[in-house]
Amino acid sequence: MAAPGLQVNQLFSERDDRVLFSDLCFQLNAGQLVQIAGPNGSGKTSLLRILAGLSSRYEGEVLWQGKSLQRHRHDYLSQLLYIGHGAGIKAVLSPLENLRWSCALRGMSHCDTSIMAALDKVGLRGFEEQACHSLSAGQQRRVNLARLFCIPASLWVLDEPFTAIDQRGVAEIEQWLADFVHDGGAVLLTTHHSLNFSHEFTILNLGDYANA
Amino acid sequence: MPSAGLLSLILAVLQRDVIASLRRGSEWSNPLVFYVMVCALFPLGIGPQPERLAELAPGILWVVALLASLLATDSLFRGDFDDGTLEQMLLTHQSLYPQVLAKTLAHWMMTGLPLSVLSPILGVLLQLPPAGMLPLMASLVLGTMVLSFIGAIGAALTVGLRKGGLLLSLIVLPLYIPVLIFGSSVVKTAIDGGPYMPQLAMLAVFFLVALALSPLAICGALRISVDQ
Amino acid sequence: MSISSTFHKWGSPRWFYQFSGRLLPWLAGLSLLLLLGGCIWGLAFVPADYKQGNSFRIIYIHVPASAVAMGAYVTMAVAGAIHLIWRMKLAAMVMKAIAPIGASLTFLALLTGAVWGKPTWGTWWVWDARITSVLILFFLYLGIIALHQAFENRDAAAKACAVLAIVGAVNIPIIYWSVEWWYSLHQPASISFTGESTIHPTMLRPLMATLSGMYLFFAWVLLLFTRAEILDRERNTRWVQDIVCGEAR
Repeated sequence: MAAPGLQVNQLFSERDDRVLFSDLCFQLNAGQLVQIAGPNGSGKTSLLRILAGLSSRYEGEVLWQGKSLQRHRHDYLSQLLYIGHGAGIKAVLSPLENLRWSCALRGMSHCDTSIMAALDKVGLRGFEEQACHSLSAGQQRRVNLARLFCIPASLWVLDEPFTAIDQRGVAEIEQWLADFVHDGGAVLLTTHHSLNFSHEFTILNLGDYANA
Repeated sequence: MPSAGLLSLILAVLQRDVIASLRRGSEWSNPLVFYVMVCALFPLGIGPQPERLAELAPGILWVVALLASLLATDSLFRGDFDDGTLEQMLLTHQSLYPQVLAKTLAHWMMTGLPLSVLSPILGVLLQLPPAGMLPLMASLVLGTMVLSFIGAIGAALTVGLRKGGLLLSLIVLPLYIPVLIFGSSVVKTAIDGGPYMPQLAMLAVFFLVALALSPLAICGALRISVDQ
Repeated sequence: MSISSTFHKWGSPRWFYQFSGRLLPWLAGLSLLLLLGGCIWGLAFVPADYKQGNSFRIIYIHVPASAVAMGAYVTMAVAGAIHLIWRMKLAAMVMKAIAPIGASLTFLALLTGAVWGKPTWGTWWVWDARITSVLILFFLYLGIIALHQAFENRDAAAKACAVLAIVGAVNIPIIYWSVEWWYSLHQPASISFTGESTIHPTMLRPLMATLSGMYLFFAWVLLLFTRAEILDRERNTRWVQDIVCGEAR
């Protein structure tokens, strides 16, 4: 049996002396989707930041393919694609320029064709060269989401991916997630929206782990 | 998937930051305007006598250039922090070091370099003798590069704080002192007709040390600032 | 015992609190004895300087204060490095405790320097190489304190200050050397006084006493500050609550 993808053991985190969650354990394997649920302030974003390796404010163990996250950061980061709740794009640059930079950060160059395909897929054909600040909030979000299609990864960690996206767009994104999971990807996401997902998926309610 | 080397990563970051800064305009023009305005305040404050201005000019030109560079430094990582692109920089399997190096160099190209190029005009305004013009430019080119690297450490430490500006100057100014001492000395020595190459060489040494070491501190500081 | 377990034990705030409690009276007694003894010796029993008269006697405070202030900065940077590398929490507490002590000592050095300068040079302030270096050290301390206060999160504050302290410590030799060089360029002829050749062994012995007294005093205050910080940080633990309740009873 292959080593599990992401494994979280007895994770504990607190903020300003307030326990966000304790004794949190779960697994996320290839071909699975886990939705992190919970009320505002329950630590959803904190959890995602910990799992992305941005935050060290936790106790417990996070393993990627059976290996500690801190020791094997390089392997993990080459497989991870994290989309935070920030804009994730520079407003003065065009979608094409933004994504070129994102690709260059991942060590990919001359990837204009895949960027164009990704922008086409998120419905931004014809907007490639326009400065992002002239796009609508939903379109800007789509530029950020286009990274999903031009950067290869096996784990997507998405913080509120549906923000500012219209109803039809939400269904589209759900389809993308389903396709990715079907192809053996793993997805971890937070959303307040009730997922309409064709596959089986797990909901992890952080409120259950917030004992005082 | 074609894999790219370190150089293309550096070029990509450099290109992106320079383009973004050029499009925004104020980012590179504001320090220049500040430089001109503050230099113009000195004759008003100490009197218009050419001899006195000529004597003070090296110090004034250098101190004001230092302040202009300092003010510009606050925005070095702030934009990336606010729009979340800094997280992307931290979350690649590529090293952060070359990215930080490229960002700081891009920042210098948009602030320190124009300041240095503009400085002879201000030298004329402040009655700087002609013998000091070229040394002034040369010392500013090297010196502002060191200032950018030191300032970037401070900017990275304060980027997560809501009010970074004044705090940044408190933590960075003491570290600027050696650069100021040698930079203004280059100009002064040149005016007096002495050999100024040793001081210029000293600035070059500072630059090499800053180039090698400061990105380490900047990378560490950025990780700390994002992790709070 | 292996190195790592010694390290682990030293890093435990509880163990440190108990261990330092036993050291405190010794440090307090010895440092006060040396400082007071050295001062009385220096003020009353050492002959006056033939050039400066009695005013030189301020060195019994001035020199120890500047020396310890300098050493404190390096200690702070070392504590910061230990905190960053081995994530030892105690090192962060020590680092936080040093900053105000070091800043106070630097201020004391500046103040005594100014008082000394008035009869010696006829002015409260001279841009002398050493005084300027101490002034810059004071600025470096102020920067650390300001940075620490700006953070809301304690862990981030400690790490950020550790980075700044290390950067500062790397820069201090460069700064000192630059200021020396700067001063040598501009040195006015009227001030040719430097201590080395004029100091007599009879003047030196009390200085040694106050110097070591000042180091011990620094260690004593550092322990006090660190212990207070430990109590504050560990206030939710059982052992701290036991101590506090025990003392309140």
